[in-house]
Amino acid sequence: MDRSSNGNAPVVQTRELEKIYKMGDVEVRALRGVSLSIGGGEFVAVMGASGSGKSTFMNLIGCLDRPTRGSYLLNGEDVGRLSRDQLARVRGRQIGFVFQGFNLLPRTTAIENVELPMLYQGIPARERHQRSSEALARVGLGDRLDHTPAQLSGGQQQRVAIARALVNRPTLLLADEPTGNLDSRTSVEVMGIFQELNDQGLTVLLVTHEADISDHARRVVTFKDGLVLSDSRVERRRIAREELLEEATA
Amino acid sequence: MNVLASLRTALRALRKNKLRSLLAMLGIVIAVGAVVATVSIGQGAQAKVAAQMESLGSNLLMVLPGSVAMHGVATGSGATQTLNRDDAAAIEKELTNSVAAVAPINRTGAQIVYGDQNWFTQVQGTTAAYLQVRGWPLAQGEAFGREEDAAAAKVCILGKTVADKLFVPGAPVVGEQIRVKHVPCKVIGVLASKGQSSWGQDQDDVVLVPWSMAVRRLIGTQSDAVGQLMISARSPQMVDDAEREITALLKQRHHLSEQADPDFQIRNLAEMQDAAKQNTQTIAVLLGSVALISLVVGAIGIANVMLVSVTERTREIGIRMAVGARGRDVLFQFLTEAVVLASVGGVIGLLIGIVTSKWMAIKFEWPTLLSPPVMLGTMLLAGFAGIVAGFYPALRASRLDPIDALRFE
Ligand SMILES: Nc1ncnc2c1ncn2[C@@H]1O[C@H](COP(=O)(O)OP(=O)(O)OP(=O)(O)O)[C@@H](O)[C@H]1O
Ligand SMILES: [Mg+2]
Repeated sequence: MDRSSNGNAPVVQTRELEKIYKMGDVEVRALRGVSLSIGGGEFVAVMGASGSGKSTFMNLIGCLDRPTRGSYLLNGEDVGRLSRDQLARVRGRQIGFVFQGFNLLPRTTAIENVELPMLYQGIPARERHQRSSEALARVGLGDRLDHTPAQLSGGQQQRVAIARALVNRPTLLLADEPTGNLDSRTSVEVMGIFQELNDQGLTVLLVTHEADISDHARRVVTFKDGLVLSDSRVERRRIAREELLEEATA
Repeated sequence: MNVLASLRTALRALRKNKLRSLLAMLGIVIAVGAVVATVSIGQGAQAKVAAQMESLGSNLLMVLPGSVAMHGVATGSGATQTLNRDDAAAIEKELTNSVAAVAPINRTGAQIVYGDQNWFTQVQGTTAAYLQVRGWPLAQGEAFGREEDAAAAKVCILGKTVADKLFVPGAPVVGEQIRVKHVPCKVIGVLASKGQSSWGQDQDDVVLVPWSMAVRRLIGTQSDAVGQLMISARSPQMVDDAEREITALLKQRHHLSEQADPDFQIRNLAEMQDAAKQNTQTIAVLLGSVALISLVVGAIGIANVMLVSVTERTREIGIRMAVGARGRDVLFQFLTEAVVLASVGGVIGLLIGIVTSKWMAIKFEWPTLLSPPVMLGTMLLAGFAGIVAGFYPALRASRLDPIDALRFE
């Protein structure tokens, strides 16, 4: 069995992953053969210039889209063979997705937003309610259950989205520029949540432009023109909890 | 996703867009309201006509003098004198198998006076058989018999309306002397009330006198000609037999060959009833189809709003799919919304229909009949319209690609 960089059994394993977008006669080769292995419990940051294929890669890993060529094993299962419904099931059970634009349902309370993934797994109402309040408490929003997105700050909205991504206890957390719409302090707070989750064993894969943010990960993969340019460990890792403490004392 | 959860989701989605939901269901509200109200009016009218036909008497046949051809010419049935008392007597005597009773009738208008009260009404000269033929009981007193007819006795039976016009309430009526066209006449009975006929005539505005009294004393003729015969067959099944036998007997008596046109006409009540029923049925079908069309229009309204809603909520659909909703979950969600819209619209329409129907009944004294099967059927139809209307938009939503839906601006 393939070993990933941290020695654990791989959660994500791609081989020569390609994605070609066809727009009329024009072909855009967004991914041109990405082979990557991410072990359980890893915290990987994906970086690269705009248009290098980061989001395309994340969407494939998140089972929101299918590759044009190549294979992708999620927890050892070949996702390429799955039907639409089976992919939906994988998204619901094994993957939590955090977007740059939050993607919360408008005019819907925080707790209802967090309950959403459980709705499709047939979890009874009482358990749904209990688990979503717990998840919201975990991201520090225990007192904002009935606020709608419009009544929350950007950072709070992103935390609701994180709670939603966690509530079905996924094995893989994906975040595409989760701090892209947030100020630096709030970004560090959000990274703190990711680090905490990762410390508890959750595999995290996030896309970012900023070195400040990627330094919170344990491993950085850089994309260029649809290919992996570099793949390295973070030498001096930042710890969000300490940064916030320093800031408070300064 | 279970039914309860999707119902809640649907209700929440509809509540978020109250005005649009209301407009979407308006068509269904109007359609169901219209169906319930119009069908109740139609059925009420049908029931009323049937009851009035019934009140004419069962198994009724009418024989009128003069042929159909003769009526084309302006002779007027009063002028023709092809039926007489002997014809009536012969039918009664010879066709006992099929005929139960035969009542000759001659009519004349007359001024009735009692004390200082007077009233113009219709006087019918007939026999006691008339009450049997019409199935018309007496409220007070008794009918006249053969002796009174033979003697042209000065006795009469008053219809309820006439009795009410001439006498103060509670005063004795039977035994009093009134004057019919200056002929003093003793009241021997009062008819039970029969109400309006189907053509709106007050059937109780009538005075019955022995046939000979009417013809000899009031009309003043020695002729035996009869204005019409009212005949009741022994049973509804016998009506056709009776009609055939009467035709044969009268032709024979009038020295007409079997092939010749008769010099009389026979009308039977069943035919008249059928005609009336057909009229009301035609109206019901007409109203029903208008209502159905409005239901279709209502369904189109829902489909339209659902299509807009799906487009507008593409992103929401993407989010739901991203967190694990399958195509069928999305399909079910939008279908539920459409059915909820249609059902809520249906219930509101039903209430409006019931209220309208009751209001018509009170305001216009129009008989309405609210039938539970029709109401239930209309509701089911509305729900079905919701499914049909919601299906295409819901299918479109369920077939969206998650990533395209999420990117939708
Ligand atoms: N739906 C699409 N249709 C056509 N081309 C697409 C589509 N999505 C992405 N692309 C193209 O694929 C390439 C990679 O896009 P992608 O969104 O993965 O870049 P990215 O690395 O996430 O960039 P950014 O940092 O700006 O978010 C780009 O050239 C983009 O134009
Ligand atoms: Mg991107």
